Amino acid sequence: MIGLEHYLTVAATLFVIGIFGLFLNRKNVIILLMSIELMLLAVNINLVAFSSFLDDLVGQVFTLFVLTVAAAEAAIGLAILVCFFRNRGSIAVEDVNMMKG
Amino acid sequence: MIQADLTVILPEIILAIYAMVALIGAVYTSKDGLGPLLVWTTAGLMALLAFGIATQGGGTREAFGGMFVDDGFARFAKVAILLSAASVLLMSQDYMARRGLLRFEYPLLVALSAVGMMMMVSAGDLMSLYMGLELQSLALYVVAALRRDSAKSTEAGLKYFVLGALSSGLLLYGASLIYGFSGTTLFSGIIQTAQAGEVSLGLLFGLIFLISGLAFKVSAVPFHMWTPDVYEGSPTPITAFFATAPKVAAMGLFARVLHDAFGAAVADWQQVIVLLSVLSMFLGAIAAIGQRDIKRLMAFSSIAHMGYALIGLAAGTELGVKSMLMYLAIYVTMNVGTFAFILMMERDGQPVTDIDALRQYSRRDPGKALAVLILMFSLAGVPPMLGFFAKFGVWQAGVDAGLTGLVVASAIASAIGAFYYLRIVFYMYFGEENEDPIETRSSPVLWGALMGSAALMLIGVFYQFGVEGAAAAAAATLVN
Repeated sequence: MIGLEHYLTVAATLFVIGIFGLFLNRKNVIILLMSIELMLLAVNINLVAFSSFLDDLVGQVFTLFVLTVAAAEAAIGLAILVCFFRNRGSIAVEDVNMMKG
Repeated sequence: MIQADLTVILPEIILAIYAMVALIGAVYTSKDGLGPLLVWTTAGLMALLAFGIATQGGGTREAFGGMFVDDGFARFAKVAILLSAASVLLMSQDYMARRGLLRFEYPLLVALSAVGMMMMVSAGDLMSLYMGLELQSLALYVVAALRRDSAKSTEAGLKYFVLGALSSGLLLYGASLIYGFSGTTLFSGIIQTAQAGEVSLGLLFGLIFLISGLAFKVSAVPFHMWTPDVYEGSPTPITAFFATAPKVAAMGLFARVLHDAFGAAVADWQQVIVLLSVLSMFLGAIAAIGQRDIKRLMAFSSIAHMGYALIGLAAGTELGVKSMLMYLAIYVTMNVGTFAFILMMERDGQPVTDIDALRQYSRRDPGKALAVLILMFSLAGVPPMLGFFAKFGVWQAGVDAGLTGLVVASAIASAIGAFYYLRIVFYMYFGEENEDPIETRSSPVLWGALMGSAALMLIGVFYQFGVEGAAAAAAATLVN
C-alpha cells in the first residue's frame, strides 16, 4: 500500500535534487532553470498528495496556480537569459561574474 | 456577494486594469514617446489611490471567503507602497529619458509590481500570498534587466531571477507542508491548528521554509547574497525602487503571515527572527565598510535596516508591529531622499557611483551637501534625526518583549554601521580635493525629493503628521 509518506519522500527527494542542482551546477544556466522547475514540481506532488489524503480540493487548485506561475516564470527567465546571451555571448554559470563583492 | 468582494479589492482592480489598458494602448501605437506621459499618469494614479485608501477608513473587511483582507495594517502598508513607488517613478523620469531607457514598459511594470505588493500585504490565504508575491517578483525581475544592452543590468536580472525563483520554491514548499499539516490554506484556519506548545513537527518545518523564502525577499542574512549585485547592476532608478516599496511589501507580508497564521505560537518563530535580525544587522554594518560604490553601499545599508525592522517583528507584540511599521515608513522616506541624490551624481553626463567622487562636495554645492549630511546622520541613527527615533522605537519594543540581548547587539551594530555613513559626510566636508569632481544635475523633482526628505528627517521629530497614530491603529488590527 502506497501511503502519504511515500509521496512526501519522493517530493522531498526531488526538491533536494533541485536545490543541489542550483548550487552544485557550474556549467549552464539552462540547468538552473530546470532545477527551479524540478523544485516547483516537487511542491506540486506534495500539494496533490496532501489534497488527496485530506479529501480537500484546495490543494489541487493551488497546484494549478503553481503550474501557471511556473510557466510564466520560465518564460521570463528564458527572456532574461536571451538578453544576457546577446551581451556576453555565453550562458555558462561561471561567466555570470561581472559583479563581485 | 461578488459585488461586495469586488468593492474590497477595488484599488487593486483599478491599478491592474489601468496597467493592462495602457499596455495595450502603448503597444497599438507602438511609440516609446508615450513613456513620459505614462510615468506621470501612473504616478498620479498611484498617488490618488494612496489618498483614497488613506481616507477610506472603515474597519476590517474580508473578500473571497477570507482570502483577501483589507484592514488597517494593509491600508498603512499600501499607502507607503504606493507613495514610495510613485515618487521613485517621478524621480526616475529625467535619468531614464536621457539614457534612452524611458520605454513605456517601465512605468507599467512598476504599476503591476505595485498591484502584486498590494496583494501581498492583504493576503489572507497561502494562495493569495503566493500569487501576490509572484506578481511582484516577476515584474521586478524584468525591470532589473531593463537595460537590455548592458551586460551588468542583464546579469543583475539573471541573478535576481535565479535566486528569487529559488526563494519562491522554498516558500512554496513551506506552504505545501503547512497546507498538509493544518488541512487548510486560510490563515484564519491555520491559526486554529498552530496553537502555542502544540505545533506539529510538519507545521514547524513548513513555517521554517516559509520564513526562509520570505527572508530572501526582505534580503535578510543569510539569504542576502543577491542584494549587492542586483543593486549595483540595475539602473539607478530601479535600484531606488528595489530599496523602497518591495521592502515594505515583503516586511508587511512577513508580519501578516507570522501574526495572522502563527500569532498563537510566537515562541516557535521568535528565535528564528532574532537570528535573522542579528546576522543582518552585523553583516550589513561590517560588509559595507569596504565598499566604494555607493549603490553597493546602499545595498548593505538596506540589509542592515531590514535587520533593525526585524527586531520589531521578533518582539511579536502589538508595540513591535507598530514600531516596525514606523521604521519602514521612516526608512522609505530616507531612502527616497538618498537615492534622489545618487540619481543626481554624474560627470560629463555619465552616472557616477564612486564615493570618492564626493570629496569636497560641500564647497561646490553647500545646500545639497547639507541635505545629504542630514540624511546620512538619519540613516546612521544619530540622535536628533528621525532615523534615531525609528531605531529607538524598535529597541523599546524589543526590551518590552524581553529581547534585551538583541537590543544590545543592535546598538553595537548601529555604532559600527555609523562609520560608513559618516565617512561619506567626512569626504564631502573634509576630504582631500579630487582631480575630477562630480557635477550634480538636478531636476525640480529630484531637488524636491532630496530637500523634502531631509526636511522631514528634522520636522518629523516634532510633528509626526499622524503617521505614528496610524501605525498604532494598523498594528492593533493585525495583532489581537
